[in-house]
Amino acid sequence: MGAVLTPSAVLQRPGVRRWGGLALAAVAVVGLYAANEFFWTWLYRDVFGLDIATGWASMLHFFSYDTVKIALLLIGIIFLVTVLRSFMTVERTRALLGGKREGVGNVMAAGLGVVTPFCSCSAVPAFIGFVASGVPLGVTMSFLIASPLVNEVAIALLLGLFGVGPTMMYVGAGLVIAIVAGLVIGRLKLERWVEPFVFETKLRGQVITSTVGLTWDDRIQMGIDEVISILRGIWPYLLVGIGLGAAIHGWAPEDFFATYAGSDNPFAVLIAVLVGVPLYSNAAGVLPIVDALYAKGLPMGTLLAFMMATVALSLPEMILLRRVLKPKLIAVFAGVTAAGIICVGYLFNAILV
Amino acid sequence: MNIKILGSGCANCHNLERVAREAVAELGLEATFEKVTDYADIAGYGIMRTPGLVVDEAVLVSGRVPTANQVKELITAHLG
Repeated sequence: MGAVLTPSAVLQRPGVRRWGGLALAAVAVVGLYAANEFFWTWLYRDVFGLDIATGWASMLHFFSYDTVKIALLLIGIIFLVTVLRSFMTVERTRALLGGKREGVGNVMAAGLGVVTPFCSCSAVPAFIGFVASGVPLGVTMSFLIASPLVNEVAIALLLGLFGVGPTMMYVGAGLVIAIVAGLVIGRLKLERWVEPFVFETKLRGQVITSTVGLTWDDRIQMGIDEVISILRGIWPYLLVGIGLGAAIHGWAPEDFFATYAGSDNPFAVLIAVLVGVPLYSNAAGVLPIVDALYAKGLPMGTLLAFMMATVALSLPEMILLRRVLKPKLIAVFAGVTAAGIICVGYLFNAILV
Repeated sequence: MNIKILGSGCANCHNLERVAREAVAELGLEATFEKVTDYADIAGYGIMRTPGLVVDEAVLVSGRVPTANQVKELITAHLG
């Protein structure tokens, strides 16, 4: 303080370096995003002299453009969401849900499922922690359904590929499904299908808030770490998804999918969900395919239902949940969620035509 | 000193153990390390996001992998 402000002295201030670095990174991401399509068109059409409107060249152009676009979107949004979420913890969520009745509790749980940092690998300790501390089973289920269904990767990609409208529809529908499915499971009184040890677990020790004492530098570092760890986890799905999307984009006949799964087929949503449930992928792998199918004329309701089924219900998560839930309850959980997704699919198809 | 690493064998649990061993070594402390992988035991500590770091039955970290320096500070503060 009070020292002469030379440029290098200003640059050495931690605040300037932190926020300046962040601003530069933001400008770089936005700049690359804006120049992306232009660059690939220039490279393939003008430099290599390819006809990027058809066949292989069209596929290559689409693949390159889509990969970069999706990667940039993921980097930006995962970073932002992780930093914001570092102010929220599962412990705080549980404290907010404790003592809430069903109904209000389900609505809050679904909302908190979206904003609480959570990965399905923690589904089991979180389930025990919630139920053992007295959060009702149905409310806990609302949280567990909303959390993977409405996640930052899905939101990032929907925003980038479809815009604000479909993103809000997806988020709204996801919340409603989580609330209603949790309410139904709560009403059915299925506590007997929870493994008994869950209710017997004694919570001892003081609960710590895991984010106490974090500095801005810590939170930014957490954002960077999360971007790296998510991208490392999903890139194979992403490349396969974009590859399939590019193949559909470049090769599938214009009306091939529309003929079999278009809005005329009353079973399209049902089939989309039945195909989507056993598919183990995440939003990053599914959305490029959804995008390409949409361009081929498939209705949005069918596509969103397919995506929700793939993202919300997965075999690995159910195997994990088997530690705390009896198979019957897992079946009810999957059945109620799938039914909700099917309803949403038909509803969107009816509204959006 | 007894140190427990809570988590069901995820990558972050290994990272946390590495960081904790580093911190203990730099502090020049004697510690026994133990892995807790049973979900009921983990939840019993009030932890809902793995990994967790428990030093002499006190939960110091949950849900993230801190740096070795942060663990050093936490352990020093806990002992002090």
